[in-house]
Amino acid sequence: MIGLNAVYVLMGLMLAGIAVVNLGDRGDRRRLNKLVFWGIWAITFLLGSHLPDFATGCLVIGMVLVSSIGGLGGAPPESATRAERDASARRWGSRLFVPALLIPAVTLAGTSGFKYLTVNGAPLVDPKQVTVISLALATVVALAAGMGMLRAPLASPIQEARRLMDAVGWAAVLPQMLAALGALFAIAGVGGVVSTLVNRWIPLDHAFVVVVTYAVGMALFTIVMGNAFAAFPVMTAGIGLPLIVTKFGGDPAIMAAIGMLSGYCGTLMTPMAANFNIVPAALLELPDENGVIKVQIPTGVLLLGANILLMYFLVFRYRP
Amino acid sequence: MLTLLGVLVVIVGFALRFNALLVVTVAGIVTGLAGGLSLHDVIAAFGKAFTENRYVAIIWMVLPVIGLLERNGLKERAREMMSRVHAATTGRVLMVYMALRQITAALGLTALGGHAQMVRPLLAPMAEGAAESRFGELSDRTRFRIRAHAAAVDNIGVFFGEDIFIAIGSILLIKGFLAQNGIDVAATTLAKWAVPTALCATAIHFVRLLLLDRSLERQARAAALLSDCPTDPLSDSPAVRRSDGPTVEPEGPGAAGP
Repeated sequence: MIGLNAVYVLMGLMLAGIAVVNLGDRGDRRRLNKLVFWGIWAITFLLGSHLPDFATGCLVIGMVLVSSIGGLGGAPPESATRAERDASARRWGSRLFVPALLIPAVTLAGTSGFKYLTVNGAPLVDPKQVTVISLALATVVALAAGMGMLRAPLASPIQEARRLMDAVGWAAVLPQMLAALGALFAIAGVGGVVSTLVNRWIPLDHAFVVVVTYAVGMALFTIVMGNAFAAFPVMTAGIGLPLIVTKFGGDPAIMAAIGMLSGYCGTLMTPMAANFNIVPAALLELPDENGVIKVQIPTGVLLLGANILLMYFLVFRYRP
Repeated sequence: MLTLLGVLVVIVGFALRFNALLVVTVAGIVTGLAGGLSLHDVIAAFGKAFTENRYVAIIWMVLPVIGLLERNGLKERAREMMSRVHAATTGRVLMVYMALRQITAALGLTALGGHAQMVRPLLAPMAEGAAESRFGELSDRTRFRIRAHAAAVDNIGVFFGEDIFIAIGSILLIKGFLAQNGIDVAATTLAKWAVPTALCATAIHFVRLLLLDRSLERQARAAALLSDCPTDPLSDSPAVRRSDGPTVEPEGPGAAGP
């Protein structure tokens, strides 16, 4: 069965390649820092499943120190000039889109098709990880198609990957780090403390106040945790079920559906949701790492207001 | 109460713009220690969670092929294509993408999109290309502002579309959580009640994108006026610079309309 480990090995090899290309760039003053940073990340993919947790933890702290104290520097310059790229764009035309669109197409085909593929009755691909494995496969297929079409030098993909990865820099690791922080928050019981505080300090004896507290609480808690899934059980057990449903007789399905989406409004407004907000800012080479968040805040706030009104007018109307 | 120290570290650290990796690591260690773990156990817990969440990073595997295509002119092609569609404006390009993203997510196809595989190589150059063909060369600030909007429509489209699909993670989480508390709801009921918010999201953000188009146009006209009379003392006025900013959103509060 093909599982995540095969994907992790490929990812580790790519990161190791990026580390080596960086080392070979003698004009780059920070090349040793980059070697260590991308190299350690590569190790956690190649050996992560076999390393003791404490060793991985130390490696991760090493990465953090190298990037925050040593610094990774900026992105290397473009490898082709604007004129070269324009000429190539004219030469290849819309065929350039084919490999790019193969990525979503193959991901989609894999996600829906792998469950039917079995070898001797066992699934060929781990059914719990179909999406991630399909995405990884899609990148390989798209790369093969691109290389076949463009007849580019063999080293070209890894050099270009290094250019993009260095442009993103340490932000590439942030989503994974935040997921780890979420796990520590859960171990230490941060959620329980927050819901106790809310219950103690906010007067919750009017239905509208309760709805506002629940929806705004979902958004704020999501802003802190970076993830509406972490906020939902805490806020719903603390405020939603005892007050909106039990005390005021609201409909639990409407409350939960709109409550979760109120949390998503918070996701739009927080750097803690790094993969949605900080990573694209780095990927699009915005000078302000909060540039995407600032664009999303007006929509997030207005939609949160809309959610509060929707929940207030719907949740008590359609009683179970 | 001590448990919340880590949250405080996060808020202060992000507000003061310290390196986010460092902030998150310190917050994690502080939270773990405040929660009664030994330093060794905190580091091990961090390592364990880091290893378990490696799948989050798999998206970076698109970089070799995206980089290869970019080197061979993918972005230039995407930009150039938009310049030939006369009806295309930045706002309209982003609206079409957001609608497609929302609809496909509502059908469970959340994989059709994303910042690394769609926004950087295709959507952002198209949105920039649409503005370039109308207003000529763009300033860096305008360019960055358009890119930020391109990233935003991908997020908003998928967030407020996916919950209409019954087998998405969040619907399953809600269903499971309510079941634990003795309340049985059908996934289809939950999905149905995600529709009103989805429609509000579309309405609110489409109005903002219309206002983005207007603001880009105003800005281009102001820039054209300034370049006509280069000695104009207003050429460096803060008002112009503000309306030019990639991150400041002059149209924001005005979007309260509908």
